[in-house]
Amino acid sequence: MARSVVITGLGVVSPFGAGAAAFWQGLVEGKSAVVPITRFDPSGFACRLGGEVTGFSAKDSVPKHYRKAVKVMARDIELAVGAAKEACEDAKLVTRGTLAEDSTDPTTYPGARMGCHIGAGLISAESDELTAAFATARGEDGAVDLSAWGSRGMENLTPLWMLKYLPNMLACHVTIIHGCEGPSNTITCAEASGLLSVAESARVIERGAADICFSGSAESKLSLMGMVRTQYAGRLGTAGTGEATSGGQCVKAFDPAGACGAPAEGGAILILEEAASAARRGVPVYARISGTGAGHSARRPYEGDGQPDLGLQAAIENALDDAGLTPADIDALVLMGTGVAGIDLAEAGAVSAVFGAKAATLPVVTLGAAIGNTMAGNASLLAAAGALCVRHQRVPARLNAGSPVLAGAKGDSAAMKIKHVLVATSSLGGQNAAAVLSDPGLQ
Amino acid sequence: MSRKVVITGMGWITPLGHDVLTVWDALLKGQCGMGAVERFDARSFRTNFASQVKGFNLKNFMPAGDAESHADATMSSKFALAAARQAVRQAGLDKSGSFNPRRFGIYLGAGEGAMDFANYSASHLAGWNEQTRRVEGKPFAQAALQRLTVPCETEQEPNLTVSHVAWDLGIRGPASNCMTACAASTQAIGEALELIRRGDADVMLAGGAHSMIHPLGMTGFIRLTAMSQRRDDPQTAARPFDATRDGFVMGEGAAMVVLESEDHAKARGATPLAEVAGYGSTADAFRITDIAPEHRGAQESIKAALRQAGVDPREPGAGGRSSVHYFCAHGTGTKENDKLETAAVKAVFGPLAPSVPFSSVKSMLGHLIQAAGAAGAIVCVQAIRTGWVPPTINLHHPDPLCDLDHVPNVARDLNPVGGVRVCLNNSAGFGGQNDTICIRAV
Repeated sequence: MARSVVITGLGVVSPFGAGAAAFWQGLVEGKSAVVPITRFDPSGFACRLGGEVTGFSAKDSVPKHYRKAVKVMARDIELAVGAAKEACEDAKLVTRGTLAEDSTDPTTYPGARMGCHIGAGLISAESDELTAAFATARGEDGAVDLSAWGSRGMENLTPLWMLKYLPNMLACHVTIIHGCEGPSNTITCAEASGLLSVAESARVIERGAADICFSGSAESKLSLMGMVRTQYAGRLGTAGTGEATSGGQCVKAFDPAGACGAPAEGGAILILEEAASAARRGVPVYARISGTGAGHSARRPYEGDGQPDLGLQAAIENALDDAGLTPADIDALVLMGTGVAGIDLAEAGAVSAVFGAKAATLPVVTLGAAIGNTMAGNASLLAAAGALCVRHQRVPARLNAGSPVLAGAKGDSAAMKIKHVLVATSSLGGQNAAAVLSDPGLQ
Repeated sequence: MSRKVVITGMGWITPLGHDVLTVWDALLKGQCGMGAVERFDARSFRTNFASQVKGFNLKNFMPAGDAESHADATMSSKFALAAARQAVRQAGLDKSGSFNPRRFGIYLGAGEGAMDFANYSASHLAGWNEQTRRVEGKPFAQAALQRLTVPCETEQEPNLTVSHVAWDLGIRGPASNCMTACAASTQAIGEALELIRRGDADVMLAGGAHSMIHPLGMTGFIRLTAMSQRRDDPQTAARPFDATRDGFVMGEGAAMVVLESEDHAKARGATPLAEVAGYGSTADAFRITDIAPEHRGAQESIKAALRQAGVDPREPGAGGRSSVHYFCAHGTGTKENDKLETAAVKAVFGPLAPSVPFSSVKSMLGHLIQAAGAAGAIVCVQAIRTGWVPPTINLHHPDPLCDLDHVPNVARDLNPVGGVRVCLNNSAGFGGQNDTICIRAV
């Protein structure tokens, strides 16, 4: 008998603020947290709007004895650590991170049965710290002189400097805080990272290598280099340069006229748990992960050409096969929808290839207009949104400003019967992922 | 019932050569790839040497037109493309129509590419305000958007290596990239194995690629004092298990294997080179800088890999030697790693630990970082195929805490005692990831 996997906890840090409740409320009310950037002066960039997380401090998310470690956490790591704490509490898990340091109380699961899969991006070094060091190694022409950098400049960086920025540090800090000694991984596939991580956690639990996993992703693109890279990746436009003051006004997901994405920061951690074990604990279940799939686009990298994405189509079909379902069984879609036509139409083409005429009638949930594009944080936020749709039997409001090719036109949040929701995403590099989240009452 | 998974193709680009047999021959001869850093002016860097790939040209591995398509790729992505071409050729999967693209996946542990240091630093300095000690957004943006190029920045994204290789080979199956530091490509092979066992793919290309021989890559490890600083003698700087070791030597390269279900290999008449029989993965959950006491995470990942393979580490095999015939060590040459990895092997194998040949090819190749694990996997397959195991060179003053059989300085022919049938390949990463795979003769 195959072990099945359910979601028993959610933690979200999004531009709507810390917490899954704030995230869901923002989506249901149709708000946009994509607003003028205040983290730095964006006036040198064409895009001036972004989804910043405010009112969140990682210090509040770590046990007292671990607060010193926050100093070696890049923003991306802080977001993951914060989301992990909420997810843990939401799933009513006792870990060593929820206990007092000297406590001898038992944890819900032994460390060896706890896994951790947290996707990440290419973390940008903090500009101020690094540049302060560069400034000590200038040559006569004002540029960094490598000889001076090697002999003295680099000494201005803290010895642990590199460890702030290794992508696996999101998962590492979470494993250390919560005592996850089972399989742990860091998938770095741009926007697909979070969903590929959820799929890997699900496989790990299914094959019996762990009973529970912290699973998701996080990234912050709200930094100077983050802006450059997101723009260069063709994900941004001119949001905020014209009259629009929020993403709801200018981010047009799945619209042939879409030319505006927005950078963001955030992430989500899901607690994935072996179903029978979760049932024994008697914790509420958001959704069952009834199928996962992946596929590669196998085309020239980072060119969104609007042509139907064969890799995404493969991922979706693989997920449906894995779940033993057909397109007719799916009640709603949760898709990336960046607001950039070349990317979105490639996704829409894949969805249409799988769902045929039904694609035009299925409710579509997207986050681009509401919170922007966090890159690696995206797909875990999509998965969290999908799980919340199943939990609340409701789809959020739709903010699209334009005329989308999929059924994503502007509309209020609506209650509806959701047995199965399909979460799917493409990515900058052509790695695609999909998962079917199902009403846990169904068998 | 899980599907048996075999390796049918291999390829690598390393500082000791650009094909499997050349590098294997060099390893058995105890050759060493280290020398002064040539990629940039590192003369003032406390560690000014590395183990670099030499004389590499992607056009030697594919038609010039194909190579041109990948002109913007980072050097490590190009290493990966070349290694992947070797692997699929050996596996007989290089002809169009020779596989079902949707059933062919890829799982790499590849790293980020080198940044454009001069323009990156200049862009930051353009925005630097000495009074506020902050980088101001507007002048930074103006400089950066003018100086930094789209291909150079975008190719640094860690998933782009997978993108290039999948595009080159026409792979449409499950695709992933992981970055668990120095454990990444062992983990990639392990997870690829599990995807085939689960039935998500018939064939997976798995491995890793990395180069951190660039100013900020070297800076990071120098600040951590993880690298050897033996500036006067790069050729003997990597001294795993030696009492005088003072850190690892940075290497670079790529290593790839083709994994497929045995049934699939048989059906198409491919020759299995070895079986990937077991995989274990754990986290130390201890500290971001230090390995857990007794390397307990590695003990558990080694045990898990052996459990899957059905090998009892305490049960002697023929001739009284361990039933594991070769242990390809992580063996970085840092004080902490080598001591604790030795302790882990002792804890797992008990009285049989001294009978396990346990060497580090990092003494010769340097540390290929994210590609290191996959290189170790190829070493294991070659050990099985030839009956020889490579040495740990520069091992002249054994550390009393590293007192196992590290195959000092000279390769060993194990054919007289029955050859090599079962190997372990072990990796560990900063932050506490441990991954082990068991590779067995078919």
